[in-house]
This record gives sequence, C-alpha cells and structure tokens, in this order.
Amino acid sequence: MSVFNDKKTAIVGYGSYIPRYRIKIESIAHAWGEPLEMLRGLRVQEISVKGRDEDQVTIAVEAARNALRRAPEVSAKEIGAIYSGSESKPYAVKPTSTIVAAAIGAPLSVRLADYEFACKGGTEAIISCISQARSGMIKYGLAIAADCSQSLPGDVLEYTASAGGSAFIIGHGSGDPIAYFEGQYSVGTDTPDFWRRDLIKYPRHGGRFTGEPAYFRHVMAAASGLMRELNMKPEDFDYIVPHQPNGSFPVEVAKRLGFSESKVLPGLLSPIVGNFYSGSSPTGLCRVLDQAKPGQRILLVSFGSGAGSDAFSIVVADGIERKRDLAPKVEDYVERKKYVDYSVYARFWGKIAF
Amino acid sequence: MMPKSPRIWQLAERRYRLLGSRCTACGKTSVGPRNVCPACGSEDVETVQLPSTGTVYSYTVVHALPAERERYGPYIMAIVELEDGTRVTSEIVDCEPEDVKIGMPVELAFRVIGQESEEGIIYYGYKFRPLVFRKTN
Repeated sequence: MSVFNDKKTAIVGYGSYIPRYRIKIESIAHAWGEPLEMLRGLRVQEISVKGRDEDQVTIAVEAARNALRRAPEVSAKEIGAIYSGSESKPYAVKPTSTIVAAAIGAPLSVRLADYEFACKGGTEAIISCISQARSGMIKYGLAIAADCSQSLPGDVLEYTASAGGSAFIIGHGSGDPIAYFEGQYSVGTDTPDFWRRDLIKYPRHGGRFTGEPAYFRHVMAAASGLMRELNMKPEDFDYIVPHQPNGSFPVEVAKRLGFSESKVLPGLLSPIVGNFYSGSSPTGLCRVLDQAKPGQRILLVSFGSGAGSDAFSIVVADGIERKRDLAPKVEDYVERKKYVDYSVYARFWGKIAF
Repeated sequence: MMPKSPRIWQLAERRYRLLGSRCTACGKTSVGPRNVCPACGSEDVETVQLPSTGTVYSYTVVHALPAERERYGPYIMAIVELEDGTRVTSEIVDCEPEDVKIGMPVELAFRVIGQESEEGIIYYGYKFRPLVFRKTN
C-alpha cells in the first residue's frame, strides 16, 4: 500500500488508440453456429479488430504519440523510462518498449522494459513510472498498456478479445498535471484462471472459474483495501474503472463494492469495443479523463489473471481542461469504424492456417 | 539467406519517425536523412522532422502482390504531399481502394511494413491514413 499525500505524482499526458475495424458478435456466432442467446450474458455487442498490418507494437506507438501530444511541455528527450505492459508482444524476446523509444525519439539514456501479468501488465508499468518519478530516478516515465488480445478460434474469448491500448506520461512535481495519484494498493495470489503456456499461440482459461475466485475476489480486495487505507468510501469517488473482460463483470463488481451504475458506465468500453486485455481498464481511465472535471476522483482497478489487481485513487487536475483537446479522444476512435465479417477478421488475425 | 537486421536497423529511425532533410542553401526538403541536397547538390543539409499531415497527390491500387505480401490483399500506394510540400511515397491504410481520392487529407500512421519470415525481424514504419482528427492536428 502506498499513500501519496503531496499531490505531486501526476499524469501529465495520456493517449489512446483503437484500430478502425469492428466485428459484431453476431458474425462470430454465425461462423461457429452458436445461438446468440448463449452470449447475451457477456453484454458485448461488437469488438475492435486489428488491421492486417497492426500489432501490439503499432498500437503502443500510436497511443504513446497521442500521450506526447497531450504533454506539449514534455520533450521525448526528457523521458527516462518506457515500460510497456502486454500479453501479446509480437516478439517473445525483444522488448516492445525499445521500438516505442525509437519511434518517439527517446534519448539513448532511457530505461526500457516490458511487463507481463495477463491483463494488468499495463498498470504494473504505471506503478514503475510512479515509483521511479517519486524517487527522482526519472523526470518523466512513459507507461503503456496495449494488447492485440489473442483468442482461440471458436472459444468464448473470441466474443470479447479485441485490440487497443493507452499510454501515460507520469512525472513528479514537473509538467502540467492532468490528474494526480493519491494512493495505490495491490493484491496477488496463485490462481490458475487464465494462462498461456510457452510457445502456445492462444490462451486457455477455466471458464466460470475466471469469475468469483479470480476477477471478483481480486478486484474487490484491491478496491476495498485502497479505500480502507485512504479512509474513503464509494461516495468519495465520482468514477470507478474496473478491468473489463466483458460488459457484465465491471458493472457487477462496481455494484458489489457499493458504487452506482452511473459511476461505472462512463469508463465502460467493453460492450462497444471488447477487451483490450492490458489496455482495458487504462483505456477506460482515458475515456473518463476525456469527460471528467478538475477535482473529480477516479478509482482505477486492473485485474490480471494468474492472478492480481492494482487499484489507484486518481484526482483530476486543472491541466485536463488545457490538454484534453490536444489529441484524439477515446470516443473519436470508438466512432471511427468499419465492420468486417468473420472471414476478414480471421485473415487480419492470421487465424487461417495453410 | 543473410539476415536483414543491419539494413532494417539502419533505416529504422527515418521509417519510424518520418525524418527528412532540409537544405540550408536552397531550402528544399526531402525524405530521409541525406548528406547531399538532391535539388542543388549542396552538402549543407540538416535532418528535420517532416510534417505528420498532408494530402494524397497521386495513387495507384496494387493488385499484383509482391512475394513478401502474398495473402496481404490489394493495397493503395500513394504519393503524399506533406504540409511543407515534401512528397513521400507511402501506403494508405484504413481506407478502401474505392474510397481513396486525390486531394484527400491524410495523417501519419505507424504500421508493420513487413517481416523477414515468421522467425525473423519485423519491419515497422510510416504509412498514412485518412485524416480523421482534423480538429486536433
């Protein structure tokens, strides 16, 4: 648990990216002969689809460039660390963060690494930037949360696994703050709810087991622990952004924690673009920042299978009004879309084997 | 086959960031870092960041795919005229062949250009897409 009373550790730039293509879950269900009624419980209508020349690296770079647009006072040469969280790196060995560094013009003297913790590698990257900025090791850190979420053809994951992500520039006492961190709380256990073995292309999961002992237990423990340490209640928060593996879990977990539905809906993206894995809750946070007012408080809670959760209390600062329009908003990407059918989706994803 | 890593590495910066050259003698800009100005021959050339937006100056749709793009599908290749007048050859993405138009505003995108093989290096670089976010550029 960490409480930051100084209001100095802040997001000074943020940006997102979502590919243009969409597939309706009806198209996926049609391909596999699944009755739609079986899928209603997911509360997902359509998901984003990566283009034929897009991968986790290209999404990370696009999001990072948008984050830099919202931080005009920050030169890429001042970024001392770039951490990328993902479970769909195109290289097993060669960090995505190295390619992002070159693409944004980061200096030679930069600390680079990739994080993997299923869907919470991105918030691990945020925590590293917070701690290194607070300790004075870096002036600014760039944390990236992006995925081209893999799913086994025909598996229920296909109805939610999508592509997108976000990036955050984090500093301590420098720059024009968009939102500052008040506290952070993490939990972790050995829970085999979802995994992908080495050299295996698609992840596997424990079906219903991914709910109660995995998602709900960890998200609730992290959120409750953070509120307890900060001596806060759900009423103290204006928004809650939990991890979004589908459209129903985030609403249900918010309800169990004592939050009204109106506080979870502004950051809820999974019904209209699916689950970005590592990029899921961070992009929900960006959607909230796109509409929040200075002084409002946000509870961000990631979840990574395996399993663990990172919770953050974030307060919106005055800089949001000056910076919000400097880059495309999440909604701009949500509205930019072209539908494809399952055959095109499968081609773009390389799911057609020869 | 010799690995392409050294050549990819050599081209990465210009491909990733769309770097160009500006001649301090005649003022012309061109794509990629250069030692000599292609317009006037001066060696007083500096590396510059080229603009990230422009318009389609001309285009063609490629249907006869090169070997390394087998199964990629038809794609649009264009000459893009950047805001400063520099012209760059690039693929246009996020656009169907029937929708591309001369004069269409476009913006910089970062995409996969190709790969050596399933086991080899992936090449990344610039392409252009229709300008969607005019208000933010």
